[in-house]
Amino acid sequence: MQVLQKSLDYIAENPAQFIGTIQEHLFLVLVPVAMAIVVAVPLGILATRYHWLEKIAVSITNIVQTIPSLAMLAIMIIVGLGLGNKPAMTALFFYSLLPILRNTLIGIKNVDSFLKEAATGMGMTNLQLLLMVELPLALSVIMAGIRTATVICIGTATLAVYIGAGGVGTYIVRGLQLMQNHLLLLGVVPAAVMALLADYLLGKIEYLLIPRGLRAENK
Amino acid sequence: MVKFEQVTKKYGKHQVVKGLNLSVKKGELVTLIGPSGCGKTTTLKMVNRLIEPTSGRIFVNGRDIMEQDPVQLRRSIGYVIQQIGLFPNMTIMQNITVVCKLQGWTREQCMHRAEELLRLVGMDPKLYLDRYPTELSGGQQQRIGVLRALAANPELILMDEPFGALDPITREQLQSELKKLQEQLQKTIIFVTHDMDEALKLADRIVLMKDGRIIQAAEPDEMLRHPADEFVTSFIGKDRLLRSPDEVFVEEVMHTNPVTIESYRGLAEALERMRKRRVDSLMVVDNKGVLAGIITIRVVQSNLTTGGPVSNYLSPPPAAVTVGQTVRQAVHLMAEQGAGYLPVVDEKNRLQGLMTRASLVDILTDVLWPDIKENGEPTAAAGKEEDR
Ligand SMILES: Nc1ncnc2c1ncn2[C@@H]1O[C@H](COP(=O)(O)OP(=O)(O)O)[C@@H](O)[C@H]1O
Ligand SMILES: [Mg+2]
Repeated sequence: MQVLQKSLDYIAENPAQFIGTIQEHLFLVLVPVAMAIVVAVPLGILATRYHWLEKIAVSITNIVQTIPSLAMLAIMIIVGLGLGNKPAMTALFFYSLLPILRNTLIGIKNVDSFLKEAATGMGMTNLQLLLMVELPLALSVIMAGIRTATVICIGTATLAVYIGAGGVGTYIVRGLQLMQNHLLLLGVVPAAVMALLADYLLGKIEYLLIPRGLRAENK
Repeated sequence: MVKFEQVTKKYGKHQVVKGLNLSVKKGELVTLIGPSGCGKTTTLKMVNRLIEPTSGRIFVNGRDIMEQDPVQLRRSIGYVIQQIGLFPNMTIMQNITVVCKLQGWTREQCMHRAEELLRLVGMDPKLYLDRYPTELSGGQQQRIGVLRALAANPELILMDEPFGALDPITREQLQSELKKLQEQLQKTIIFVTHDMDEALKLADRIVLMKDGRIIQAAEPDEMLRHPADEFVTSFIGKDRLLRSPDEVFVEEVMHTNPVTIESYRGLAEALERMRKRRVDSLMVVDNKGVLAGIITIRVVQSNLTTGGPVSNYLSPPPAAVTVGQTVRQAVHLMAEQGAGYLPVVDEKNRLQGLMTRASLVDILTDVLWPDIKENGEPTAAAGKEEDR
């Protein structure tokens, strides 16, 4: 209880710093996720059209995913991105690619083949098939990938402090160095709350994206 | 309207369509029929270029399809598939007018067309336009599937076993509706089926295929009178033809697996079964299997909010035949009642199966065309007069 009180006191004394740190954490996560969406969704779509691309893209992102987080951050420094937010965000960007790419690919591939054939047989172009049938039916699955990516990144971003980035990880590291549990809490609790909140909100959006005609079945 | 010239399709070494020649006249409904794997679907899909022929030429309206833009070609041809393939993310209105939209119709034009088409098959536009496909029974869904093919007014429609997944009663209803539509609209239709009854009922001309070749192409009458060879005879059903309706019992020709629901079940369950089994009505049985009545999709849908067991909404069961009665008796009862189908029950009134008009066609061809028998018996010919 004392620890908690000390944490709250700290926030009361440094409100701007606390809020700034959370904002920075969100920035650290949302920018790479957004960039990953911009890259991975089109890439996933293309991968459903070209088999060779599917193989390459999936293998590469799979490999990226197996690199431990700290090692990944270290690599960012090695490849010359230096210290600070830039290498951290680059690492998070790479981590976000796989879940989004994979879900885009699976979401579109899982659309019933007879629906695609009906659509083509009625005279849809490849693009119309994508926009009118495949994407609407795959959207909730793609959203689930974005959700996974976001939650992973919120957690991983706490490590980014080791390469000089900001975010709530700074409290954790300081807490550890100074053996101050109340500082540790200031990092751990917001990170957990952000992850849960993001999961909840994105889950809501995911549900809303299920085509209305399919929702009753999925309940 | 459609002309196949020496059309061949190979997959690797395997030749699935072998030098097919066929021409389909404008306004004609041709059924492609034959055993599974004989190349019906392949032949059909070559017309809208979902599959490209290996050699030979196909003309639609006098133009070689390989010289046309496939997208434009497909938009000018209606297409109906067995899996129905309505888009679950679109409303009924959007589904019906998909091709219209591709062709740049305005929203008003689309709306107007969808309403017009729904009325054509007796579905209330107000009730259905804004629904989603999963909210409809299988029969209703395939009605929409057919309307979707008609929407942009194509002259030619391709149908690949469109009613194959429907239950017998709904299938017959849709066949009748299609026949009526066809009489009104005079489309050119190529219709794939493996069901001889369906072919006999719908076709202006039946094209019987085997191993990628046409064995016989003839009007139904002609095919029954003069089957080209042993294969045709056996495909029509030789052994059925050798007995009179007085010797065949209803249990031999009934469908043994009618879709039922127990009377204590709820309306939601009834709707679910109609949807799953693609029927528009269910036979309701009590816990002993005794036939209690029927319930229709209309009743279910209009009472869904009130709820309660199906037993609250029963219509009385249609007249039934009993196991052990002959087909002749069933025919008389059917004619008397003007019924499209008859439940078959045992002596304790427990539901055993279902007789449909289609199951009768099998038997009646025997009586009406005795000369296709190998050793036609005069008794059958005599039966002909009485049965009319
Ligand atoms: N993509 C394909 N590759 C190889 N063989 C195929 C392919 N599609 C169909 N076939 C073969 O072609 C034959 C005819 O198929 P199909 O036209 O679908 O028959 P039907 O519709 O008469 O049942 C079958 O033996 C099937 O196995
Ligand atoms: Mg087929």
